[in-house]
Amino acid sequence: MTVSVRGLGKSFGALRVLDGLDLTIAPGEFVALLGRSGSGKSTLLRVLAGLDRDVTGEFTVRGTVSVAFQQPRLLPWRRVWRNVVLGLPTDDPKGTAARALAEVRLSDRFGAWPNTLSGGEAQRVSLARALVRSPELLLLDEPFAALDALTRLAMHRLVGQLWDVHRPAVLLVTHDVDEALGLADRVLVLEAGRIVAEHVPPPARPRAPVDLVDLRTRVLSDLGVTEYA
Amino acid sequence: MTEQSVLVAVGDEVAPVTAVPRPRRRRLPDLRRWLSPIVLVLLWQLASSTGVLPPSKLSAPWTILGTARSLIADGELGDAFVVSLRRVAIGFTLGLVIGVVLGGLAGLSRWGDALVDPPVQMLRTLPFLGLIPLFILWFGIGETPKIALIALGVAFPLYVNVHAGIRDTDRGLMEAARVLGFGRWLRLRHVVLPSAASHTLVGLRLGLATAWLSLIVGEQINADSGLGYLINNARDFLRTDIVLVGLLVYALLGLTTDAIVRLLERWVLRWRTP
Repeated sequence: MTVSVRGLGKSFGALRVLDGLDLTIAPGEFVALLGRSGSGKSTLLRVLAGLDRDVTGEFTVRGTVSVAFQQPRLLPWRRVWRNVVLGLPTDDPKGTAARALAEVRLSDRFGAWPNTLSGGEAQRVSLARALVRSPELLLLDEPFAALDALTRLAMHRLVGQLWDVHRPAVLLVTHDVDEALGLADRVLVLEAGRIVAEHVPPPARPRAPVDLVDLRTRVLSDLGVTEYA
Repeated sequence: MTEQSVLVAVGDEVAPVTAVPRPRRRRLPDLRRWLSPIVLVLLWQLASSTGVLPPSKLSAPWTILGTARSLIADGELGDAFVVSLRRVAIGFTLGLVIGVVLGGLAGLSRWGDALVDPPVQMLRTLPFLGLIPLFILWFGIGETPKIALIALGVAFPLYVNVHAGIRDTDRGLMEAARVLGFGRWLRLRHVVLPSAASHTLVGLRLGLATAWLSLIVGEQINADSGLGYLINNARDFLRTDIVLVGLLVYALLGLTTDAIVRLLERWVLRWRTP
């Protein structure tokens, strides 16, 4: 298992954010984690990323981990290609960056300053930066939430393709049910710090939204949204 | 809840999307900055030529120009200039090193902050020009008190801005750097220092302004050389033209160093508005 978590707990003062959470992610598996705000999604991701070590319970993460955050978090004072390969031990940083940027179709912004990128472009740089490290585990923290709807759809396709090529285990934290159902092998619902439901979309990809209507209704009701039922 | 956080996020997104002005390079210094000073000088010449302004109060620009030429020709101005410039150069460098080292220490380490920040903040509340009597008692009336005064004036703004610049480093960027496997040195070099650069440059400009001010004040203390001496000596002989030449040189020096820092700023912060 790339990720195995047993009985993970985390509190902020009296607030129990993670409460005995269990989770496993197999190598190359794409898992989406849905949950309402405050359900502990981002906390779990931060724990797995090693940004928050003050937890109870056990967890192991095998191999290298990369993260793409909701905000791209590029260094504004380093050009795009440098952002991609900074901190990466490589003999040919420019070539490595060029290949990574070509994968996210941003070869033309190779030497640009991050401030000149659109939101979608910056997020693609962030993806390239995460993938260039050949992670065994890719953590995606609502990476498309800040993008407009059309860009978001294009990003979903791109992430699907990149995952197909690189096959890292993925944990995608999101609010977006359609995103989760369209991309993931397994969709987990987090509620009050533990996983309360698990859904498995049909394995075939790409998935047409019409085939996901029933599942979507069930996932939404797990999330407490029932106006369609 | 969902909608709200998306809205906030979209709001965050607006800045990078809209801030895409096409590259517009300005290689020449902005000439407009010279316009108003020139107009003021012309008005002044007019007032002197018409006799509104008597030379015992204020000499005419044209007279000042002649005086400047003769002061340059006999080497008097050049000597004074070198002496004063040397004082500022030494004092500024000392203050720069002290401010950056202490600011870096306090900004980068918790212990440094705990030990360095309180005394510096306490000393900062003292009006440093008011320390002149003490400086004279400690250092006499030679070069040392003048240089010490300049160094002190420069050290505080640099300390404050370097400290703030380091402390202001974006937490999100630091986290990203950690997740990407940056060690301490890479984080310092690619995240902390570039992020502190803009504050540091502000400190540099403030420090330079203070340096010139400290020089002028410091040179009132029993100077026997330098621009301050030239000015005080001229006052005794009612030579407003020489006083003004001295002041103009002060002003030109201030402008020049400020322009240098602005050029530096444009280069260091070139990623901001490409």
